[in-house]
Amino acid sequence: MRFERREQVSPILALVTPLIAVAVALLLAGVLIALAGAPVFEAYGRILTGAFGSRLAATETLARAAPLILTGLAAAVAFRARLWNIGAEGQLYLGAIAAAAASALLFGNLPGLIQIPLLFVIGAVAGMILLLIPLWLRLKFQVDEVVTTLLLNFVALLFVSMLIDTVLKDPMAFGWPQSLPVSPEAELPKIIPRSRLHIGLGVAVVLAFVVYFIQTRTAFGLQSRAAGLNPSGAAFAGVPLGRTLVLVAMMSGGLAGLAGAVEVMGVTSYVTTELSPGYGYSGIVVAMLAGLSPLGVVLAALFTATMFVGADAMSRSMGVPSYIADVTVALSLLSMLVAIFFTQYRIRK
Amino acid sequence: MSDIIDILTSAGLWAAVLRIATPLILGTLGALLCERAGVLNLGIEGVMTFGAMIGWFAVWNGADLWTGLLIAALSGMLFGLLHSGLTVTLGLSQHVSGLGVTLFASSFSYYLFRLLVPVEGTPPKIIPFQPIRIPGLADLPFLGEVFTQTAPTWVAIGLALLLAFVLFRTPLGLAIRMTGENPHAAEAQGINPMLVRYGAVIFGSALMAMGGAFLTLSAFDSFIPTMVQGRGWICIALVVFASWRPGRALAGALLFAFFDAFQLRLQNVIGGVVPYQIFLMAPFLLSILALVVMARRTRVPQALMQPYRRGER
Repeated sequence: MRFERREQVSPILALVTPLIAVAVALLLAGVLIALAGAPVFEAYGRILTGAFGSRLAATETLARAAPLILTGLAAAVAFRARLWNIGAEGQLYLGAIAAAAASALLFGNLPGLIQIPLLFVIGAVAGMILLLIPLWLRLKFQVDEVVTTLLLNFVALLFVSMLIDTVLKDPMAFGWPQSLPVSPEAELPKIIPRSRLHIGLGVAVVLAFVVYFIQTRTAFGLQSRAAGLNPSGAAFAGVPLGRTLVLVAMMSGGLAGLAGAVEVMGVTSYVTTELSPGYGYSGIVVAMLAGLSPLGVVLAALFTATMFVGADAMSRSMGVPSYIADVTVALSLLSMLVAIFFTQYRIRK
Repeated sequence: MSDIIDILTSAGLWAAVLRIATPLILGTLGALLCERAGVLNLGIEGVMTFGAMIGWFAVWNGADLWTGLLIAALSGMLFGLLHSGLTVTLGLSQHVSGLGVTLFASSFSYYLFRLLVPVEGTPPKIIPFQPIRIPGLADLPFLGEVFTQTAPTWVAIGLALLLAFVLFRTPLGLAIRMTGENPHAAEAQGINPMLVRYGAVIFGSALMAMGGAFLTLSAFDSFIPTMVQGRGWICIALVVFASWRPGRALAGALLFAFFDAFQLRLQNVIGGVVPYQIFLMAPFLLSILALVVMARRTRVPQALMQPYRRGER
């Protein structure tokens, strides 16, 4: 048995690939649900109703999708250029704490119309800085950025933990380590009143289109893809590799930092070390499920958010640990990898 | 200053160095073996977590400690098989496959743990490996305390020496190193690079899982999710620091553990002035520093991260 590269990848196959991957992941997760002694189909039914069964559930799922779209875009943008940014989690936290600090200490009195965009930029810049460090180490010392971005996640989380324990600690929080809240003007307006669904979702979706436009319609987009596909060939063709990677890192880190700012301004209004249930890592799965396509990221993020919100509800009523959502999401990454392979290769006897 | 001298001359510090180093030694050796054959295994963090969980669970269920360690190793082999299936047979990106294995293995261990162990106020405990008093040595002042360690620590040190011997003194080691440098040349010599990579990743992952199991079976007595705390990533950095040599991996892990044990004690002295998070950051910043210092001075296995397909260049 051997594998032979397909001459062309059929577009229909490429489109159904994520669906097949998700189906396989759900099938495997079904085995684990059965292991917990719960009826599998009913469990999946409960996940769906848990995620979309009521107005509250649906708005919660959509609100959960917003940071996942942003971290998914962060990973998709970077992976296209073969910049292995696994540090979105840390970048998210740094973006969140920067936005909270800027609002609480400096710009709290500015009207929302000015303050909100300003905090978005500050959060994004904080994320950028955290990714530019490992990129600099790669360009200057040839240090693999996978490991450094992973290690910096822990550093960033500890740094945030230190700040909310000391200088940024909220004195009104009864001793809990949480940051000063953002000012009321900085809280994101709701799309639907009396829900958690805030305009961050709109921002994320618009940015998905912006990234799509940049990648397909600008010279920089072409260069960043070329840098990923064939770095030496791209360099030979005159693509400034270093500069392209810096710009890619600024986009990727910026999107992840923005995810943190959006989360703190839209949902929690203050930062704790539990702000993100691994949005940065889930973003990698979202990007892969989307086949690194920016518009696909929106759909993949919606699927991931559905699993997380739905599994929470299902686990409360059926006694299946809610970690089933994490398992399913991880399994869909693995099956997506295999599925992508079979769109590019066929088996020959 | 005298505080620091007190810390450095206490036998407790040096005993802690060996204890803290053990999971790092095992994890680093595992990652090193995979990389010598040309496969980066970022599944390490998840494999360590799963090893910690399943080894602990086996013992909690009545197995003896060595059986627990063995079961952990076997679970590591299964994840190794998964990672090599993805990266060797299918030739997928080693970065993304490894991260996938980590995400799957860690969430799967949390899921199983929740499912198998009834939720209680405090996590249930086992009786872990006890320190062994070596007759004669144990009665010496200072050294006696330093070298009174649990059995897995000695196993880890022994495995470092064994791996060094196998890699550099046996035909098998030559085959592994050749596969990591140039699989095409290896195949021309009648070696099956695919098979070598499978073997290296499977056994390397077994070592990683044993490193995780040390945390629950020896260093501590219960399983807590997220207890691996980035140790796997530190091991990946240590492999570079060690220039892919088992002896230096042992030394690197010990050096690292020294800084860790030292900072823990330093916290008691100056902890009131400096936030504790600074101390906790130290291992991660040190790992990055180690990467920067070594990245240009060492020679990476030339075929690392390159999939091998017969007849394809």
